[in-house]
Amino acid sequence: MPDVTAPPLDANAFAETYTPLSAHEATVEANRCLYCFDAPCLQACPTHIDIPTFIRKIGTGNLRGSARTILEANFLGGTCARVCPVQELCEGACVLNSEEKPIAIGRLQRYAVDHVQERGVQLFQPGPATGHRVAVVGSGPAGLSAAAELAKLGHAVTLLEKRELGGGLSTYGIIVLREPVEVSLREVEAVRALGVDVQTDRDLRTRADLDALLAEHDAVFLAVGLGAVPAMGMPGEEQVVDGLQFIEDSKVNPQALHVGQRVAVIGAGNTAIDAATIARRHGADVTMVYRRTESEMTAYRHEYEFALHEGIAYQFLTQPVRVVTEGKQVTGLECVKMILGTPDASGRPSPRPLPGSEFVIPCDQVIKAIGQEKPALAVELGLSLDKGYIAVNDAMQTSAPRVYAGGDCVRARGTASTVMAVQDGKYAAAAIHQHLSASKEAAHG
Amino acid sequence: MADLSINFAGIRAPNPFWLASAPPTNSGAQIHRAFEHGWGGAVWKTIGAPVLNISNRYGGLSIAGQRLLAINNVELISDRPLDVNLREIAEVKRMWPDRAVIVSAMVDADPQAWKDIVAMIEDTGADGIELNYGCPQGMSERGMGAAVGQVPEMCQLNTHWVTSITRLPVIVKLTPNITHIVDPAHAALAGGANALSLINTINSVMKIDLDTLRITPNIGGRGTHGGYAGPAVKPIALNMLAELMSDAQVRASGVPISGMGGIVTWRDAAEFLLLGATSLQVCTAAMHYGYRIVEDMIDGLSNWMDEKGFATIYDVAGKALPQTSTFGELDLAYQAVARIDPDKCINCNLCYVACNDTAHQCIDLVAGDGVRVEPGYDIRANGKHVADTRPQPVVRESDCVGCALCANVCPVDGCIEMVSVPSGRESITWDQLTAQRPEIATSWDAMMAYRKEVGIDIH
Ligand SMILES: Cc1cc2nc3c(=O)[nH]c(=O)nc-3n(C[C@H](O)[C@H](O)[C@H](O)COP(=O)(O)OP(=O)(O)OC[C@H]3O[C@@H](n4cnc5c(N)ncnc54)[C@H](O)[C@@H]3O)c2cc1C
Ligand SMILES: Cc1cc2nc3c(=O)[nH]c(=O)nc-3n(C[C@H](O)[C@H](O)[C@H](O)COP(=O)(O)O)c2cc1C
Ligand code: SF4
Ligand code: SF4
Ligand code: SF4
Repeated sequence: MPDVTAPPLDANAFAETYTPLSAHEATVEANRCLYCFDAPCLQACPTHIDIPTFIRKIGTGNLRGSARTILEANFLGGTCARVCPVQELCEGACVLNSEEKPIAIGRLQRYAVDHVQERGVQLFQPGPATGHRVAVVGSGPAGLSAAAELAKLGHAVTLLEKRELGGGLSTYGIIVLREPVEVSLREVEAVRALGVDVQTDRDLRTRADLDALLAEHDAVFLAVGLGAVPAMGMPGEEQVVDGLQFIEDSKVNPQALHVGQRVAVIGAGNTAIDAATIARRHGADVTMVYRRTESEMTAYRHEYEFALHEGIAYQFLTQPVRVVTEGKQVTGLECVKMILGTPDASGRPSPRPLPGSEFVIPCDQVIKAIGQEKPALAVELGLSLDKGYIAVNDAMQTSAPRVYAGGDCVRARGTASTVMAVQDGKYAAAAIHQHLSASKEAAHG
Repeated sequence: MADLSINFAGIRAPNPFWLASAPPTNSGAQIHRAFEHGWGGAVWKTIGAPVLNISNRYGGLSIAGQRLLAINNVELISDRPLDVNLREIAEVKRMWPDRAVIVSAMVDADPQAWKDIVAMIEDTGADGIELNYGCPQGMSERGMGAAVGQVPEMCQLNTHWVTSITRLPVIVKLTPNITHIVDPAHAALAGGANALSLINTINSVMKIDLDTLRITPNIGGRGTHGGYAGPAVKPIALNMLAELMSDAQVRASGVPISGMGGIVTWRDAAEFLLLGATSLQVCTAAMHYGYRIVEDMIDGLSNWMDEKGFATIYDVAGKALPQTSTFGELDLAYQAVARIDPDKCINCNLCYVACNDTAHQCIDLVAGDGVRVEPGYDIRANGKHVADTRPQPVVRESDCVGCALCANVCPVDGCIEMVSVPSGRESITWDQLTAQRPEIATSWDAMMAYRKEVGIDIH
């Protein structure tokens, strides 16, 4: 089959799904908020942004104040406004759910934060220098959040990032329909503006690297996220496209992006839907292949519905077993039908193959998006693990002294999300600060 | 179907909705169009002395994104030549014999000036004359408008000059910019007025522009006070109407009252009728939405009257008046307490904060297990399910003074009810109590003794 180049694109196909609110829309929506006391939305937000207050400030035209209220609690308020599963968090808890529509908290948050960030308004200053130095490894949401909080507290922060651009998955992994690259890069710049020394292309690989960092810093915060999409161990896998790489290309290297005409996406989580959406918006026929059923999918309901609306097909109870190729060209994905059995460790019914049910889904590209590898670095650094993730206590401390960790790399429990990573960064910064303040007092005492 | 027609001091109209003397009634072409939309009548934009209007003239009040809750104007009377207005009035009246066409006028406080204009108005065939003693700016400095309306003697004299020479019904339009609205009303009656109308606009400074730091409207860098009208003034207008309608002399005179000030919907209209108005005038609402709003005003009022079993406007008129009272006549023994319907409550906790901060601290937050809790949250808990474990507001009825603040802030209709409960006390009014025991009004000791005696405990 000839190599297919992507069809000509409609510029709007890759614009942000939600348009920005107009000033009038924002005012009307803000005034719909009841300004609840001890509001449930505030509690439901993992970073506990004072939502009623920031919304009220939009209502009164105090956009700077509104953005400050947001960013004080969540330095990545611009990213979170776009990527948070608000239906599961703040908006899901809004008291107006029972009566009418919840307040569009995410869109209002974006309105306020964009207002200041698009104008380059600098709302925060570094704190008076404490003389302490902290290294942060990884510039994703967890790393940026910790770096910002530590800088505001007056600590000298070095932020190491192995990639060329900062921002972690916000830059490389969240599709542009949800968040354009500029937004996450703006957040990296905001951290830099707080005096954080952001060093990209700096990879921490070994225990010796960590020791070197510890020698120069009072504490180290590891916010290294997770790895690539794991191997499935099926024949022909060399021809399978890594879903994360696929999304990354669509964001930062669109010229290199190759999209097939008929694409099979393996997996049914949010990442799989993202990869499928990109392929679909490039004009491909997309089928998602998942070994369980709709009810066991890890993707959020609204994401699933979004995918259906996009015209993405689903093939449930289907396990890929082999990629069919002609030379280097993919021609199909061989699958076997599954039946659901007794619940497995995750509490979901475990799928079993139905013997003799093999069939081939014809396609010219297979993308796998079945999750991310656990942080391999943890083993290298000799840190204790919890189900393959870095083990931490309530203060985000790892098993190594002065070494903290947070974000996806410690997410042994709960779902990995940007806002949880941001909150981890805050917890870690607070714990590090407390530790450093205590040691300073001890030193003076 | 209810009969909406009215006979207002001899002026007939198919419905009580008249356009007030203002920009919506500035020309024949406009009123023609308004009548096509169904307005029952129109009070022509005030005619009289030569004036020059200024640019720009209107400031708007906007609250919480909602536009034009009021207009503040620095407009004068009609700036179109008198003869043009008079000719158009005659034309309109000829084309619309069944609609009320009333001419608003304002001239110098001089019998000859009134004589001249009254003769001209009569020649147009108009149904009535409205005397504009209201304009708070521009004209008052020239001795007209509010300068007349604010001085009862002048009001009586000017009214008399007009009523003594015309066969047309004369409506005196009162200004609200006065301490006691009944004083000019009495003066107008003494001057022979056939009807009253109220309210004209209220003196105001609308707002200061926070970007330019200038008064709005900004007229070449300067600003001045202007007349305030629109939905935001309705409570003031209703109060003045109630004051007039509860006044013995006004009632005895039997003159009808045309109510205005903030009428936007048929509901507002019905409130004015219930307090005794029998014709209604509208300005700001028409300026905001155009003449078309009258359709729902007529339709809504008519449907409501049918539902309530009111056959005519006169069945509605004044129905709420018997309840108007003075503080001294209210029952001191009446007791209401707030009661929250837990099934309707959406847990916004606005009642809690209102009562706790600014009323009597008698709403508790009660957790599912019945334990009273303080507001606040566990910082490790998040996700939408936190909404399911929110404590419920519960009123401690024994401490509730029945101020009704919570019921007013609650966003859910019918969720907090002010329920009347037996107070266990004999019914008594302040007037009765202080007649029996005058010392209660002057001595705190006497007051405290009385409270103790009847068992009133204010914590
Ligand atoms: C495709 C996809 C879509 C997603 N969509 C959403 C969404 O819509 N909403 C949502 O809330 N969450 C979403 N997530 C999850 C979210 O992106 C992550 O939970 C979040 O980014 C975690 O932040 P983090 O800082 O822990 O890690 P990451 O964002 O992964 O950042 C880790 C950073 O560390 C760097 N790094 C790694 N190792 C080293 C090293 N050894 N030395 C130096 N630097 C290193 C990496 O280059 C990276 O920049 C999505 C995830 C994916 C994969
Ligand atoms: C812009 C404007 C101009 C007005 N001009 C006059 C006028 O010339 N003569 C008059 O008697 N009242 C005038 N009024 C007062 C209105 O007739 C009416 O009394 C007042 O606006 C209250 O009604 P509303 O709340 O429906 O607007 C004017 C009001 C406005 C807003
Ligand atoms: S719960 Fe809803 S209405 Fe209440 S403060 Fe939050 S966003 Fe506003
Ligand atoms: S009526 Fe007043 S005192 Fe009673 S509960 Fe409501 S706010 Fe509190
Ligand atoms: S104000 Fe009304 S809805 Fe809100 S908590 Fe109180 S009773 Fe419930």
